[in-house]
Amino acid sequence: MDVIVCVKQVPETAEAELKIDASGKKIEKTGLVFDINEWDDYALEEAVRIKEKFGGTVTAITVGPEDSDSTLRKCLARGADKAIRLTDPKFEGSDAFATAKILHSVIKTMHFDLILTGAQAGDDGSAVVGPVLAELLGVPHAAMVKKIELGEGKAVVNRELEGGLEERLEVKLPALFAVQTGINEPRYVSIMGIRKAMQKEIKVMRLSDTGLNESEVGESGSWLKIEKLYVPPVEKQAEFLQGSPDEIATKIVEILKSRGLI
Amino acid sequence: MAEIFVLAEHRQGQLRDITFEMLTKARELAEKTNAELTTVLLGKNVKESAKNLTEYAKKVIVVEDEKLGSFNSDAYLKVLSTLIKEHKPALTIIGHTSYGVELAPRLAAAIGIPLATDCIDVAFEGDALAVTRQMYGGKVNAKAILRKSESYMVTLRQAAFQAQKPTAPMNGQILEVPSPLTEEITTKRFIEYVLPPPGGVDITAAEVLVGIGRGIKDQANLPLVEELAKSLGGVLACSRPIVDKGWLPSDRQVGTSGKTVKPKLYVALGISGAFQHVLGMKNSDLIIAVNKDPKAPIFSFSDYGVVEDLFKVVPPLKNKINELKSQKA
Ligand SMILES: Cc1cc2nc3c(=O)[nH]c(=O)nc-3n(C[C@H](O)[C@H](O)[C@H](O)COP(=O)(O)OP(=O)(O)OC[C@H]3O[C@@H](n4cnc5c(N)ncnc54)[C@H](O)[C@@H]3O)c2cc1C
Ligand SMILES: Nc1ncnc2c1ncn2[C@@H]1O[C@H](COP(=O)(O)O)[C@@H](O)[C@H]1O
Repeated sequence: MDVIVCVKQVPETAEAELKIDASGKKIEKTGLVFDINEWDDYALEEAVRIKEKFGGTVTAITVGPEDSDSTLRKCLARGADKAIRLTDPKFEGSDAFATAKILHSVIKTMHFDLILTGAQAGDDGSAVVGPVLAELLGVPHAAMVKKIELGEGKAVVNRELEGGLEERLEVKLPALFAVQTGINEPRYVSIMGIRKAMQKEIKVMRLSDTGLNESEVGESGSWLKIEKLYVPPVEKQAEFLQGSPDEIATKIVEILKSRGLI
Repeated sequence: MAEIFVLAEHRQGQLRDITFEMLTKARELAEKTNAELTTVLLGKNVKESAKNLTEYAKKVIVVEDEKLGSFNSDAYLKVLSTLIKEHKPALTIIGHTSYGVELAPRLAAAIGIPLATDCIDVAFEGDALAVTRQMYGGKVNAKAILRKSESYMVTLRQAAFQAQKPTAPMNGQILEVPSPLTEEITTKRFIEYVLPPPGGVDITAAEVLVGIGRGIKDQANLPLVEELAKSLGGVLACSRPIVDKGWLPSDRQVGTSGKTVKPKLYVALGISGAFQHVLGMKNSDLIIAVNKDPKAPIFSFSDYGVVEDLFKVVPPLKNKINELKSQKA
């Protein structure tokens, strides 16, 4: 089984303070910690498990700036055999559609039995790259995948629907699956793994290596152009309880008492 | 006249809520742009649903086929691309649901029209289409413009629009269209639905829920919050990452892929407030959120907010509640 995993490096934003930059179209990146997209972490783990069970190779591929190497190194340390980074100033401003075209331009020249992507990227939350890439490659796909059972020339997958319901599908291989969190438990990386990964090569490719022209990538090759970012308007602002933890606890108790909850 | 398509979403014979939310938004767009509102219903034995939809749209295009008996994105893609190429709707609206995310991006790429996903607002600005979507887990909104096209596609976020019936039924006309699916779909085959495992605890029945999120950091911290839940006479619920890590069973998950709850009290501890979580709990009677980050989206859905380390607040809170209870006893 040769598996390709598409990974994106994204900023960790759950606990960080976000600032919109001077252009009004991007967030300030300085001071943010970057890591592999949460969903891709599960996709990578799934790929490595498939390799461990069936043999074959795992290739991690990303479209991103130079510092995405740290995410690729993490993939290599976790068990990926090869890593490819697609970097070009012309790629900047690419949305999910343009990104899918860039990935396609390289993946179409490679052998694969399976492609795994995350269900969505935590930054833009498009959930677009996987299915579009599958369309460009002309292979079947399934999105929101929670379980993969590989068979001869086909796979049976569980797809997550809403409210805890799932559906089982049989999909012909080669195929692309966009995986949902919780499909497995991503492993920790060993020191040994990290050391070994430092020696592996990351293949870097540019626009000129893709066969695409300038207008197909970046903003001009995108479906979407961001006009402005802004802080979401608040629908119902919480009343903030101030004071020391002890005072806050007392205030909460008072609220609960007044509502007859204790 | 320009046309707006809404893809009706249904499962096991039931039209889903998102269908009526999309139709509500589409009706507003159609009125503003003087376009005709058409809903597209694909399936097998869907006459009843088609009739229902005539109240909400001017036209109901129905394609019935054995091969559309359960959702299959490849079958849907073939039928919809035929219909869209023929009718050239100015806009096609699909739900940002599990079905929609599997279908829409591939369909848009196949037809060659631009798509914006997970939109919380959509508006025509002249012949341009502007959308609002969220980024970075709901911390930032983005206004974006789609590449100029004669035909656009969007997926709409669930519950972003409140479903409303038209003031007067629209008396839509049902248009039965023969299925363009001549061959079997061999790429993908539906096998069955898998129900969630029957749970031990029914969080939808609890009056008090203590919801924990990734801010709980470690499984070893669970007893602490478990005790708080017990003091309050409630049970623990959680966000998705807690289930993904296996710290709590899936029947405790609140949100779009978990349960929808409406307790008298929901205490959110270390939960950021991603919309997939919020949709499952925002109608609780009283919501108190504790989060270190003053900008956490959860505070926009809470009655009371505490910007503090949950590990500093939970112990005194638990003690004070227990004290009060022992006084009463
Ligand atoms: C299709 C789909 C379906 C989904 N369904 C669901 C669903 O049903 N339910 C669900 O919950 N999610 C769901 N999600 C995931 C959702 O998008 C979010 O990723 C998830 O809700 C985030 O969980 P969280 O708030 O616990 O974690 P995070 O977003 O990581 O937030 C952790 C929070 O804890 C705070 N914190 C950290 N330490 C402390 C501390 N010591 N004290 C106080 N606060 C602290 C941080 O400031 C942060 O705000 C779904 C996603 C997708 C794509
Ligand atoms: N720049 C990128 N490089 C490689 N893969 C990507 C990139 N952007 C998105 N992906 C993949 O596509 C998935 C969905 O991303 P998105 O469509 O942006 O929400 C991610 O989980 C990744 O697997």
